[in-house]
Amino acid sequence: MAIDFPRIPLGDWIEGGLNWLTTEYSGVTRGISRITQTGIDGLNDALMWLPDWSLLVIIVGLCWWLANVRLAIGAVAGLALIWDLGLWDPMIETLTLVVIATLVAVVIALPVGIAAALSERLYKTIMPILDFMQTMPAFVYLIPAIPFFGIGSVSAIFATVIFSMPPAIRFTTLGIRQVPTELVEAADAYGATRGQKLFKVQLPLSLPTVMAGINQTIMLALSMVVIAAMIGADGLGSEVWRAIQRLRPGDGFEAGIAVVILAMLLDRLTQSLRKKGKA
Amino acid sequence: MSDNRNVKIRVRNLSKVFGSQPKKALELRDQGLKRPEILDKTGQTLGLSNIDFDVYEGELLVIMGLSGSGKSTLIRCLNRLIEPTEGEIVIDGQNIPSLKEKELLECRRRHFSMVFQNFALFPHRTVQENAEFGLEIRGVDAAERRETARNALKQVGLDGWENALPRQLSGGMQQRVGLARALANDASVLLMDEAFSALDPLIRGDMQQELLQLQHRMKKTTVFITHDLDEALSIGDRIVLLKDGEVVQIGTPEEILTKPADDYVRRFIEGVDKSRILSAESAMRKVRSTVRDTDGPRTALRKMRDHTLDSIYILDRDRRLIGLIDADAASQALEDGKETVTEVMTQDFRKVTRDEPLHNLFAMFSENRFPIAVVDDDQVLQGVVVKGAVLDELAQAGDH
Repeated sequence: MAIDFPRIPLGDWIEGGLNWLTTEYSGVTRGISRITQTGIDGLNDALMWLPDWSLLVIIVGLCWWLANVRLAIGAVAGLALIWDLGLWDPMIETLTLVVIATLVAVVIALPVGIAAALSERLYKTIMPILDFMQTMPAFVYLIPAIPFFGIGSVSAIFATVIFSMPPAIRFTTLGIRQVPTELVEAADAYGATRGQKLFKVQLPLSLPTVMAGINQTIMLALSMVVIAAMIGADGLGSEVWRAIQRLRPGDGFEAGIAVVILAMLLDRLTQSLRKKGKA
Repeated sequence: MSDNRNVKIRVRNLSKVFGSQPKKALELRDQGLKRPEILDKTGQTLGLSNIDFDVYEGELLVIMGLSGSGKSTLIRCLNRLIEPTEGEIVIDGQNIPSLKEKELLECRRRHFSMVFQNFALFPHRTVQENAEFGLEIRGVDAAERRETARNALKQVGLDGWENALPRQLSGGMQQRVGLARALANDASVLLMDEAFSALDPLIRGDMQQELLQLQHRMKKTTVFITHDLDEALSIGDRIVLLKDGEVVQIGTPEEILTKPADDYVRRFIEGVDKSRILSAESAMRKVRSTVRDTDGPRTALRKMRDHTLDSIYILDRDRRLIGLIDADAASQALEDGKETVTEVMTQDFRKVTRDEPLHNLFAMFSENRFPIAVVDDDQVLQGVVVKGAVLDELAQAGDH
């Protein structure tokens, strides 16, 4: 005996909601779009304006200063390979997207993370939302991005920010909650206000954890801007995407390896930044 | 003696219930139920119940109890790190539980410094910056707080370590930083939460002594929490004994030892090294007889015979102790035709004050055969301690 239960039109509702958002807030989205595009273009032009070798020197120097000679040597080899493969410009485009997306994500994530650490109710509200954001297949974010911001880099940033923000929020919250209660108690005992407690005790002590979260955000951002090539983001992702469409595995792997090199560099750099902050 | 001292903090009817229905728990408490029954019936934990005590200006008050007795809760109620459920805590006319948030911050800054069991130093700040913390919170300007913190560090013997990080220091030194942080703040009350419990015994003894010296020098009102009776007895001016969130006894160390309020306290004080705590006063007996400096040897001999004494103290007209004469010397003086006992008296005996620790008397007995005189600051004779009495007192204390 089959029960005739009507299919819930969940998809229709979401689509309706998105359409409503797009039309009602087109001014807002267009504004965001313009600002973001300006930022992307500005940073991209700046990085492109620098001669290839000087950017290489800057990156290698950073590696040396923040980490060690080994990473610096690795950076030279890796970047030289990317340059030699003719992937320098796409690499810069990808780097730009990662930097902008990470900046936006962190600027949103820090206050949200702090608020969630200090308010139990907010914590309970935000955690399931973060679970949703992280487990929803990343491609899905690309779809609403297009009606909001059109094809291109701004949509890529939008999807990337949503996808990469959760770890920064989670780690910030975790970092602050992990501060030993006795230290918070000590601050209270001496009559510290909430602000003093936050800036003199909680934030400094959670900094290593917050940095770990930002590191995660950068890694996720990198993986997402590559995927975002599907909606017209420039960079290494679009090289991979083109290779897929033309069935040229060699080109695909070359671009893929460039992504790996960039990822390792960003990861090691932010990690050593974290260690340096700890010492 | 304590009656005419100024009360710094007055705690009355203080109770704390952990849980969401404190009223219910307190109602049951008022019906006479105890902590375990209240927990069974309501799921609420009665942390503290009807605590009454005073902290006098300048004293070192020890709050002592085993784990679960509520002592940590109690000290945290004083500065409202834990919100009391009912009762009053009055410091300089301010009732702490009814303060608004801003007033509370002000009250904490002015009145309370706190030293924690596990030091609670800020690992990202240097020793100097840790010591400055309280002043920084109050908004004291940089130069002044550097100076004040530096002095505090000097007082606890840490000059030269200003730029070290806490993790570079040993446990004892870390707690000195904790103490310096509290002293630099110059709040009117020092709260010490099991401050020495995490230190090893030798360091701990040193720190206790130093705290006592500091405390006597600065006359800082101090509330000290401990689970260690030895510690409580050796540093406390007075002790508040807690059990299951209730006060069992309040008294000086000697009162606790000699007049335990109930079986719990009695059991508790078993095993304490009593000779370290008990003083000459507790073993002191009344002097049965004395002679005046104008008396002759004959009088002295008669008095000794009448009271079956081997020796007798000689006093001047103000009852000040000036010497001692024994039976042999008195007989000799009589034979030699001496006029007064002062001509043949000896100074070769020991004098102590009432608060001389009992264990110091053992050594005196081993080097001198005469009883030990107990005198006050003006040399007026108060009593006498004979060898047997010391042992009796110890044995008796051990029997409890």
